[in-house]
Amino acid sequence: MYPYLPITSEDRRRMLQAVGVEAIEELFVDIPSVMRCKGRLNLPGPLSEMEMARHMKALAGKNKNLDDNPCFLGAGAYDHYVPSIINHILLRQEFYTAYTPYQPEVSQGTLQAFFEYQTMICELTGMEVSNASVYDGASALAEAVAMACQATRRGEVLLSRAVHPEARQVVKTYSHFSSVNVKELGYQNGLTGAGEAEELINNQTSAIVVQNPNFFGALEELAKFAELAHRHKALLIVSADPIALGLLKPPGESGADIVVGEGQPLGNPLSFGGPYFGFMATTEKLMRRLPGRIVGQTADSEGNRGFILTLQAREQHIRREKATSNICSNQALCALAAAVYLTVLGKKGLRQVAELCLQKAHYTYRSLLETGKFASTFTAPFFKEFAVTGQEDAAVVNARLMENKIIGGYPLARDYPELKNALLIAVTENRTRDEIDRLVKYSVAT
Amino acid sequence: MNIPADLKYSSEHEWVRAEGDEASIGITDHAQQALGDIVFVELPEVGDEVGAGEAFAVVESVKAASDVYAPVSGKIIKVNERLFASPELVNSDPYGSWFVVVLMSDPGELATLLSAEDYNKFCEEE
Amino acid sequence: MELIFEQSVPGRTGISLPAIDVPEEAIESLIPAEYLRRESPGLPEVSEGEAARHFTRLSRRNFGVDTGFYPLGSCTMKYNPKVNEDIARLNGFTRVHPYQSEDTVQGCLELLYHMDRCLSELTGMARVSLQPAAGAHGELTGLMMMKAYHENRGEGHRKKIIVPDSSHGTNPASAQMAGLKLVEIKSGKNGRLDLDELKKAVDGQVAGIMLTNPNTLGLFESDIAEIAEIVHSAGGLLYNDGANANAILGISTPGDMGFDVVHLNLHKSFAAPHGGGGPGSGPVGVKEHLAPFLPKPLVEIKGDGSYYLEYNRPLSIGKVRSFYGNFGVVVKAYAYILTMGPEGLRQAAEDAVLNANFLMKRLKDYYDLPYDQVCKHEFVLSGGRQKEKGVNTEDIAKRLLDYGYHPPTVYFPLIVKEALMIEPTETENLETLERFIEAMIQIAGEVDEEPEKVRLAPHTTVVGRLDAVKAARKPVLRWKP
Repeated sequence: MYPYLPITSEDRRRMLQAVGVEAIEELFVDIPSVMRCKGRLNLPGPLSEMEMARHMKALAGKNKNLDDNPCFLGAGAYDHYVPSIINHILLRQEFYTAYTPYQPEVSQGTLQAFFEYQTMICELTGMEVSNASVYDGASALAEAVAMACQATRRGEVLLSRAVHPEARQVVKTYSHFSSVNVKELGYQNGLTGAGEAEELINNQTSAIVVQNPNFFGALEELAKFAELAHRHKALLIVSADPIALGLLKPPGESGADIVVGEGQPLGNPLSFGGPYFGFMATTEKLMRRLPGRIVGQTADSEGNRGFILTLQAREQHIRREKATSNICSNQALCALAAAVYLTVLGKKGLRQVAELCLQKAHYTYRSLLETGKFASTFTAPFFKEFAVTGQEDAAVVNARLMENKIIGGYPLARDYPELKNALLIAVTENRTRDEIDRLVKYSVAT
Repeated sequence: MNIPADLKYSSEHEWVRAEGDEASIGITDHAQQALGDIVFVELPEVGDEVGAGEAFAVVESVKAASDVYAPVSGKIIKVNERLFASPELVNSDPYGSWFVVVLMSDPGELATLLSAEDYNKFCEEE
Repeated sequence: MELIFEQSVPGRTGISLPAIDVPEEAIESLIPAEYLRRESPGLPEVSEGEAARHFTRLSRRNFGVDTGFYPLGSCTMKYNPKVNEDIARLNGFTRVHPYQSEDTVQGCLELLYHMDRCLSELTGMARVSLQPAAGAHGELTGLMMMKAYHENRGEGHRKKIIVPDSSHGTNPASAQMAGLKLVEIKSGKNGRLDLDELKKAVDGQVAGIMLTNPNTLGLFESDIAEIAEIVHSAGGLLYNDGANANAILGISTPGDMGFDVVHLNLHKSFAAPHGGGGPGSGPVGVKEHLAPFLPKPLVEIKGDGSYYLEYNRPLSIGKVRSFYGNFGVVVKAYAYILTMGPEGLRQAAEDAVLNANFLMKRLKDYYDLPYDQVCKHEFVLSGGRQKEKGVNTEDIAKRLLDYGYHPPTVYFPLIVKEALMIEPTETENLETLERFIEAMIQIAGEVDEEPEKVRLAPHTTVVGRLDAVKAARKPVLRWKP
């Protein structure tokens, strides 16, 4: 009857007998009868596999998907190409059905993959230590802020308004409850206001938080913020786009103390917002304050190399209320996808993808400006995403694009009321020239 | 179990070596044995104030993390940075591996601590 | 086994990319030179075939639920249905951007809306947020809402959160992050919450209590009605850590037990895979009085039957994660609910409890059973008598690897010495349980006859026991050339 339940009525009879009870109800006598469910719960099903699949396909069919509708929407989640090999590896049951690698002797696959992942993240970010990932980019940033406050024993943070609005909201939620005071830094010409940071920083500031490329796609001058933060014994936290790091100087080289970011662009599908993963890396000095799972190399008694979850004394199952965080999992399979992605792209492939994004984004930008109907919102240099201000409401432009099977940009006024009619356009390597030309054509009213 | 006669002890298994107003503090042989292989020692910063009975450091083994409590009050004037690189010294030489030196604000607190003999008795009873 | 970096050969690649099809400009004219990387990141250079072989070899050094029996207590390692993997990978779900306009994502919104309804029904709650990415994340979200609720009533002084000593380590850590003060109370002799201890701890400062029910010993907190009465009458709230919900789905609801907030683990009770540590999903449900504080947005339905994201929620705690949670995991769990239906979920709970009681009954002559009473979906043995013979619980766990089983959860809960926490789940058949019992009995025998064999286990794995002290003292956390 149920394909996942192997126990037959005959098994049940024998097992109840072995346990020494007559009926299954006797195993539930400890649940007071007033608390027992009465009648049939109001739930759908049961459906056969065929019926369920038909129903779910119908639901999926109600969405407009990116295979049929080229997407210029980014704003923190990007339509990068996901090489076919990734899904094949993720569907190895040994990876996806396993638990957290608590028994290292039978978890070397997961553990070694995390060790390789950690190495790759260190290479991308220019940092010394990486954890094995956290929930997503936004919660990684919130964890980074908490970490900076613990490390500096200070309770304030300067958060750029050019950081992703949702990430800022998550930081504010976490900070409200842990009594961290968040002060926002405004932006000028699409870049975080350095002068304002200079004015607001004081001996209670634990960190300056910026994103690079920032939410507007623009490139921040990280070294300037690192210098300012360090002059006041505060830290610099950078949220980075991992694809951009194929081309851009690693934040570690610019003086960042904690580097986090949304890992989705590395081989994970958009999936309506999740599952994604947050990467998180830091310096050796702050290593023991890093939250989350961390894999280390060691050996068995015969000297064979092996990998193991380490530095666990930071964690909740040992330190309980004094732990660096409550997190006790990572986004293992998403991090594995990233490791496979970075493996097949390799040294040159990642740079090539970054260059494709850069060139296509700039072509799109120039083409939109050439229509005469769009102006640059900002003039700071950008990577794969940029803002343009049109003459019509962004929603009108997007509706026209959708009629022509194109998913347009992100209306910035949603979070920045001062940026009326501005659209944030993302262009990945997945967009062809033809798609870009269509975007430009239908962005303009005829 | 090694309990040097010239030191003072706390019931939380810390030892104190007082010289004038300065007291160096570490954990006892009994404590390091109970903790097992120590993998990391987290120390305060020079200049921090500690009160008697307050946690000022943490020792970590693979499966546990334990607070270390200050037996006396005062200002931290030195921390033993050797322990960052070589936490195993706490296992091999517990009485040579001081954690911090405190400038005592009330040396009278020393009188409230246990003598070697009393500490030995305390451990046996525990 | 070699690391992928050690297999790297300059000049190899695993990807073919299209040529640039737009007019190119010099990179330095687009990005200031000082912003550019001087050296490429040290990523491996291998062909696709080499990558496939590497990760396949790695996978073979892992143990999954399809490999064998995985009775890891409190983790609910049930079978992960294959079709749900396919469903979650439909391009109508994976190839959808979270910021697409609502009219283009009606399928996703409908699914989220119905999942909220299903989980509300199963937990006896009013509304459920699907935003938290894991159980611990759900806990944190739930505690934040409890605190916000008290603050909104002008009772912001309520900061005390009561947690029994048998709780998951995440409970105290989550409480700390939510800005609450932890009060831990001792469990009673029968393995359940001690009502006298509870009464002593409850006062006008209490924000609430966090309780796992069935608890981490696998025992149902039968006094839950009285516990709820004590905490509620003092103005506190009840939080249910739903990690153990597999025992009660369709049988009882946290709502009926008196809980105000509950989180579920879709990767435990609802058959979504654990993924080697994630992604999971930790939805959190609340009763009506806490609903205004749920994270935003929630999915709502309009009069015309269309769905939308409601952000206008002034009392909401805000956001705990970007977008709408681990959508792909929610898809798998929803597919599971559809397949099982209400009767199937109830049957699963009953079989899970029956399997656990069967194992417990058959093993208790060979291992200590500190709490010998009817259990729910799991039970806790103690290796105490083996420990006296010089073999500890870790040794027993490692020896099970040689028999082809994943060991149970060990050394948890903390209140049982040498604990072995066993959760068989309902997807294991009787023959598997019998073979596992045999292995456990055989190991108990080896402890008497060949203790060295157990102490030095495992003997059959790709590596032996690893040196955890070395790993923690001089951490090597990345490969270096």
